[in-house]
Amino acid sequence: MKFKVNGHEVFASTGGRQFDKKKPLIIFVHGSGLTHMTWVLQTRYFAFHGYNALAVDLPGHGLSSGESLKSIEEMADWVSDVIDAVGHKEASLVGHSQGCLVTVECTSRYPNKIKTLSLMGGAGAIPMNPELLSLAENNDPKAVDLMMDWAHGPAGHFGGHPVPGLYHINTGTMLAKSRTIQNTLGVDFRACDNYKNGFDAAKKIKCPTLSILATDDKMCPVKEGKKLASLIQGSQVDIIDNCGHMMLLEEADRVLTVLKKFITTNYPPLSR
Amino acid sequence: MSDKKKELKPNTYKFDTLSLHAGYQPHKNAGSRQVPIYQTTSYLFDDVDHAAALFNLERGGHIYSRISNPTVGVLEERVASLEGGTAALATSSGMSAIFLTVMTLCEAGDHLVVSSQLYGGTVNLFRLTLPKFGIKCTFVKPRDTEGFKKAIQKNTKGIFGELVGNPGNEIMNMPEIAKIAHDAGIPLMVDATYQTPYLCKPFEHGADIVIHSLTKWMAGHGSSMAGILVEGGKFDWMQNDKFPTMTKPYEGYHGLSFAEEFGPTAFTMKARAEGMRDFGPCLSPQNAWNVLQGIETLSVRMKKHCSNAEEMVKYLSNHESVAWVSHPSVPDHPDHELAKKLLPNGRGSMIAFGIKGGKDAGVAFINNVKLASHLANVGDTRTLVIHPASGTHSQMDEATLKFAGLSHDMIRLSVGIEDIDDIKNDFEIGFRAARKPRLVSNQ
Repeated sequence: MKFKVNGHEVFASTGGRQFDKKKPLIIFVHGSGLTHMTWVLQTRYFAFHGYNALAVDLPGHGLSSGESLKSIEEMADWVSDVIDAVGHKEASLVGHSQGCLVTVECTSRYPNKIKTLSLMGGAGAIPMNPELLSLAENNDPKAVDLMMDWAHGPAGHFGGHPVPGLYHINTGTMLAKSRTIQNTLGVDFRACDNYKNGFDAAKKIKCPTLSILATDDKMCPVKEGKKLASLIQGSQVDIIDNCGHMMLLEEADRVLTVLKKFITTNYPPLSR
Repeated sequence: MSDKKKELKPNTYKFDTLSLHAGYQPHKNAGSRQVPIYQTTSYLFDDVDHAAALFNLERGGHIYSRISNPTVGVLEERVASLEGGTAALATSSGMSAIFLTVMTLCEAGDHLVVSSQLYGGTVNLFRLTLPKFGIKCTFVKPRDTEGFKKAIQKNTKGIFGELVGNPGNEIMNMPEIAKIAHDAGIPLMVDATYQTPYLCKPFEHGADIVIHSLTKWMAGHGSSMAGILVEGGKFDWMQNDKFPTMTKPYEGYHGLSFAEEFGPTAFTMKARAEGMRDFGPCLSPQNAWNVLQGIETLSVRMKKHCSNAEEMVKYLSNHESVAWVSHPSVPDHPDHELAKKLLPNGRGSMIAFGIKGGKDAGVAFINNVKLASHLANVGDTRTLVIHPASGTHSQMDEATLKFAGLSHDMIRLSVGIEDIDDIKNDFEIGFRAARKPRLVSNQ
């Protein structure tokens, strides 16, 4: 579906289901340089099980217009604006990687709006490798290739996608190269590198929170994810073995099963 | 110790490694080092909710082997990885892969622009069968790049061609034709069977969908029929209103828009969800496994195929019984320079040559070679020969033969990986027999 936030058109996948204001809202926030499509193996399930599943394209990404937002704080406010724009008063948030920084910040800023928080491959801070940051800001496609290499665990490099026939490293590469790299990945990496408020924001979070971490995650290692989770009151942690940072694709089924249990328990769906 | 800073390099697996490993994780398959053959029709559901989720594309997994199969899935991922594609769908043959591609792209009333230099079966599909479904085609000679542009109509949904034409070895100027297609907002579909991804990766030159008859070099051993379509993932189906079945809500899946939901894999998802469901040209797991065995040695075999082919080109070019030789490695081949650009790892192992003495000599040659096999296939490890005018293209009338660039003296040679001296010795037997009728008639 398309709607406007701050005068710019926003695209969000609804998982193939008509948006219905009566249903509780889940907003999925993608990682650096990516798009709503990274959530395809999670959103459709929720969309057909009593929720509005809204996988947004951040401004300037995927099918959304406007320029990429330059700070995590701006993105956090933007997510809150999305909730308003679609006519809801509250939502559950799900974030991946950079999307975790955004959703953590958003939840700390708008505690009354956010009912549950699910973090995948999250950390309190994501400092960037300076060379990788420079490549992305200089529009070098090597930045995407490096990101896809580091984002997939050793098993993920072999493939074995849960959807038959899809090769996820090439799919991720295509998503990240679908718009100008320096305007998406470059801006996002800089925003991640600049963001310092993650740990303080985490301490303010009171809603039910789940962290899904992966043992082979090189971008946001388990110890960083645990450190963030330890600061959030009552946070649950689920660790996936033999999996990298792209757990939502590499272990899509496992992620969906854990996410389903957590969200339906803490933020029940509208009965079908 | 050096102070030089180490340059960051992606460590994703390279071609030869992907040929052996892509698409498969042993630890998810009882530790089996070899890809298991999942000889089954169907797959247990965890519960009713799980079944519904699979049917509704809410989660990945297998339902029924007409739609997908774990062994076939490994093959699909492996070929997608080798081509640099986002997704792939394997079928029971190369022809079914072409048919499925067209039926995923087009509806009745649509039009395609098609290269005229194609395998005879493909010509018949486009010329005779697709019109029965209301899909019309305009044929253009592959070297007539401007002709592709002129042939595009309002209802044209794509351009299709073989990268290297069968059997005349004409090469499509893929980068230029891709630009023509993209300027018109339509995809370029390329049959790259003769090249395999070892010789050419069409996505790097602008193709949007790549098709292979895996029966040929990819499987390589003449044992199994298989085909595949591979998606490049770059084509924007939402850029215009030409592809409503990709972009509009699809009734068959609760209003799903394939382009919105699946983006760079939308075409493959639609081909599987709709095409395999409705037409069902599924690949058997045993054949998928056989093809996987072939792909494991693809680069090793292709090097030998190409080196043997270049030896045969030299041999034939200097032979008294040969009137002409067509192979992209020959300097006076019209596409020699283009071949250098598009086929940097080798020009392939298909050679066409004209035998002196015309049709009778051709028949005598074919009937007398002993090592080379006379059959309708190409891309076997063994050397294969055929006389197209009386074999693969025999259903064409005289005018169509001429338009397809065929002549009665043409012999199509698929060079195998036998010892090169044995192939040459065998050809000497054929050429001696081919000269005999002429000697008799001269007396």
